[in-house]
Amino acid sequence: MNSRIFPLLGFALLIVLLVVGLKIADRKTNLPSPLIDKPVPVFDLPVLASPGQTMSTESLLGKYYLVNFWGSWCVTCRAEHPVVTELAKLNAVYIVGMNFRDESEDAVAWLRRWGDPYDVSLIDYDGRVSIDFGVYAAPETFLVDPTGTIVFKHLGQLTWEVVETEILPRLANMESGS
Amino acid sequence: MTVELGQISLLAALLTALVLGVVPMIGSYTGNRRFIAVSTSASLIQFLLLIISFGILTSAFVVQDFSVEYVARNSNSLLPMHYRFSAVWSAHEGSLLLWELILAVWIAAVALFSKRLPEIFRARVLAVLGWISVGFLLFIILTSNPFGRLIPSAVEGLDLNPLLQDFGLIIHPPLLYMGYVGFSVAFAFAVAALLGGEVSRDWVRWSRPWTLVAWAFLTIGIALGSWWAYYELGWGGYWFWDPVENASFMPWLVGTALIHSQAVTEKRGAFGNWTLLLALSAFSLSLLGTFLVRSGVLTSVHAFASDPTRGIFILIYLAVVVGGSLTLYAARAPKMIQGGGFAGMSRETFLLVNNLVFAVMAAMVLTGTLYPLLIDALGAGKISVGPPYFGLLFTWLLVPLVIALPFGIFSRWQQDSGSRLAGILRWPLLASLAIGAVVWVMQPSIGFVSAAGITGGAWVILGSLFYVGQFQLKKKSFRIPGSILAMTLAHVGLGVFLVGLSMVSTLSTEKHLRMEAGDKYQMAGYTFEFLGTKIVQGPNYTANEGEFVISKGDQEITRLYPQKREYAQRGNMMTEAAIDPGLTRDLYVSLGEPLDQSGRAWAVRVYHKPFIRWIWLGAIFMLAGGMLAAANKRYRRKMPATAPVKTEAKEVAA
Repeated sequence: MNSRIFPLLGFALLIVLLVVGLKIADRKTNLPSPLIDKPVPVFDLPVLASPGQTMSTESLLGKYYLVNFWGSWCVTCRAEHPVVTELAKLNAVYIVGMNFRDESEDAVAWLRRWGDPYDVSLIDYDGRVSIDFGVYAAPETFLVDPTGTIVFKHLGQLTWEVVETEILPRLANMESGS
Repeated sequence: MTVELGQISLLAALLTALVLGVVPMIGSYTGNRRFIAVSTSASLIQFLLLIISFGILTSAFVVQDFSVEYVARNSNSLLPMHYRFSAVWSAHEGSLLLWELILAVWIAAVALFSKRLPEIFRARVLAVLGWISVGFLLFIILTSNPFGRLIPSAVEGLDLNPLLQDFGLIIHPPLLYMGYVGFSVAFAFAVAALLGGEVSRDWVRWSRPWTLVAWAFLTIGIALGSWWAYYELGWGGYWFWDPVENASFMPWLVGTALIHSQAVTEKRGAFGNWTLLLALSAFSLSLLGTFLVRSGVLTSVHAFASDPTRGIFILIYLAVVVGGSLTLYAARAPKMIQGGGFAGMSRETFLLVNNLVFAVMAAMVLTGTLYPLLIDALGAGKISVGPPYFGLLFTWLLVPLVIALPFGIFSRWQQDSGSRLAGILRWPLLASLAIGAVVWVMQPSIGFVSAAGITGGAWVILGSLFYVGQFQLKKKSFRIPGSILAMTLAHVGLGVFLVGLSMVSTLSTEKHLRMEAGDKYQMAGYTFEFLGTKIVQGPNYTANEGEFVISKGDQEITRLYPQKREYAQRGNMMTEAAIDPGLTRDLYVSLGEPLDQSGRAWAVRVYHKPFIRWIWLGAIFMLAGGMLAAANKRYRRKMPATAPVKTEAKEVAA
């Protein structure tokens, strides 16, 4: 066989891999969650700022809130951070930072260093709540409605586009509907 | 209205690029000279249109036109003037426009400075470049328009990412793109040679200066990126094996192999097909890097906003450009092995070692970068490949490269004898072994690997200088030909880089401290005294600025003022490290977080980094070498269509 064709064959394999990679990148944001339209998993977790206190699912009932899973070890969370900060500035939704599988000192330092966009940060030290939420990569973000139902989930880095096309419209619907 | 003009001229540039891609190509087959002549004017017109387009986007930044979405997202009324210029290429859309502008610069340069080439060949080169330009212009216009309006207009902009408000960002992307995009010229020469049917080796000689210039730009572009990461990210690191860095490093590795294999093919005719393949690969890897960085396939700290549509577009573009050129290669590359044979001990062999090492390095970086993607695609989970993998493999691969280098310089083409080379090189060898041993004895903490690295660096530097000395002795003249000086500069650069790398990787000290005003800390013979912090107001940020007095014994050496900045508009916190640079050591202080309410105690990072400057100094030497080599007079001689094959035994340029 003509050996000069090998580079082309190698490249064809590479293209296959890249196509699959793109598919996955696509899926990362479009993966439907079995949790959509289901009640938010119950939790009662210590507050990062004052670990003596806890906050539960119950106390969050009655308003829209965003649960954003993050960790100081997560590079993408760092990349996502400016978007969360912008969203927080709009004061449109209560944002719960779910610090999971992380040391609290690292989490506090991270928030000091980059700024703290969260209305409250909760400690999910062993990641048990993250398992209940079905989180398998960080960051992941869930939007919960006032009845405690998950209405939207975003896997991976939150972008401004997602905020504008997915999160904000859902909040607006609620306000006009009620 | 003016912004729309920018878009119109972008569309006009697309049409011009189409003309450039089609008309001269037809002319080159039909022999229509008027068609062929279109290549020059189309190249220049395209360049002019892109200058207009780019200038209009820049002026939108300068006058702060927040009705343009791209400006509103990446600028702010408080942004200082010089950053308004660099903000143009701070995000995806504008940086693509810069990419395209630089491509137009290269095309115009080829059109202006290659009049000596046979006109059919030159027309094909420009047409191929025209097609590359068509692809990128379509990409910009269809998926990434920087001229989109925001209606209603924003009152205030979001501000430029503070990480990018820095001198390094002003110059790093343009230089890097000069390198990336510059490889398109070598690519176009290779494709034009393949299109010509009978692939003679003339194209190699013609493309050498272009390849060298692109390589030199890429070298300094990467070095600047590394320097920027070092002082701006506040971690004291200079290379992270991040996918984005790897994306720029792969074309560099292949480009380095290419400039060496071009030397063999030009002089001896050997490695002909290999050189073709490298020329195609260098630019292909630049495109692959663009895809990886901008499609969202891989996650990276400094990835651009990702968008699957863009990913699909670049992937198709990549498939067409690379797939097309490799198909052409499979069909047209000469079937017979060309050029004279060579013995096991010859310059060809040593350059073969060089090429193998660089090709393996590039393959390895490619594998390491794509491996997480493969694992993910197989559904086996998410992993990342980091410094342990890359660092280990690079250390081992550098060994044969460094050992072979001085032999390669001294050896003769075709056939040489090992004992002759050993006889000449025993002095540099002994001297470098002695240097390594002395360093190790004086500084045992450096360890074997770094001592070996310093020996290797010394071996490369001394071997290169020894060659110059020998040359002068033989000619009885101090005059050094440009080609030899260029080669020596670049190789000394590698040696300097190796010494810096070895020193910094084992002798660096870093300490994370809790310091209150008045605290002192001793490191590597220096005393760092923290005097406290004060609030400083910048143009678009407020900062806590620490003051540190650095002294050695009783003598004050310098004062350092690291800052912790908060940028008003985005609310980001930024660490501005303070550095006292020196040829043999950097002292580096960065301010972490306040540790108590009163603001007296701070987390502080203190670093002592010996010889870190040598890493970038090496790159400056390589830049100088590459540019000088490209300036060689022999590339500017009138070139006949088929160069006579002659053995230039005395002229030595690699």
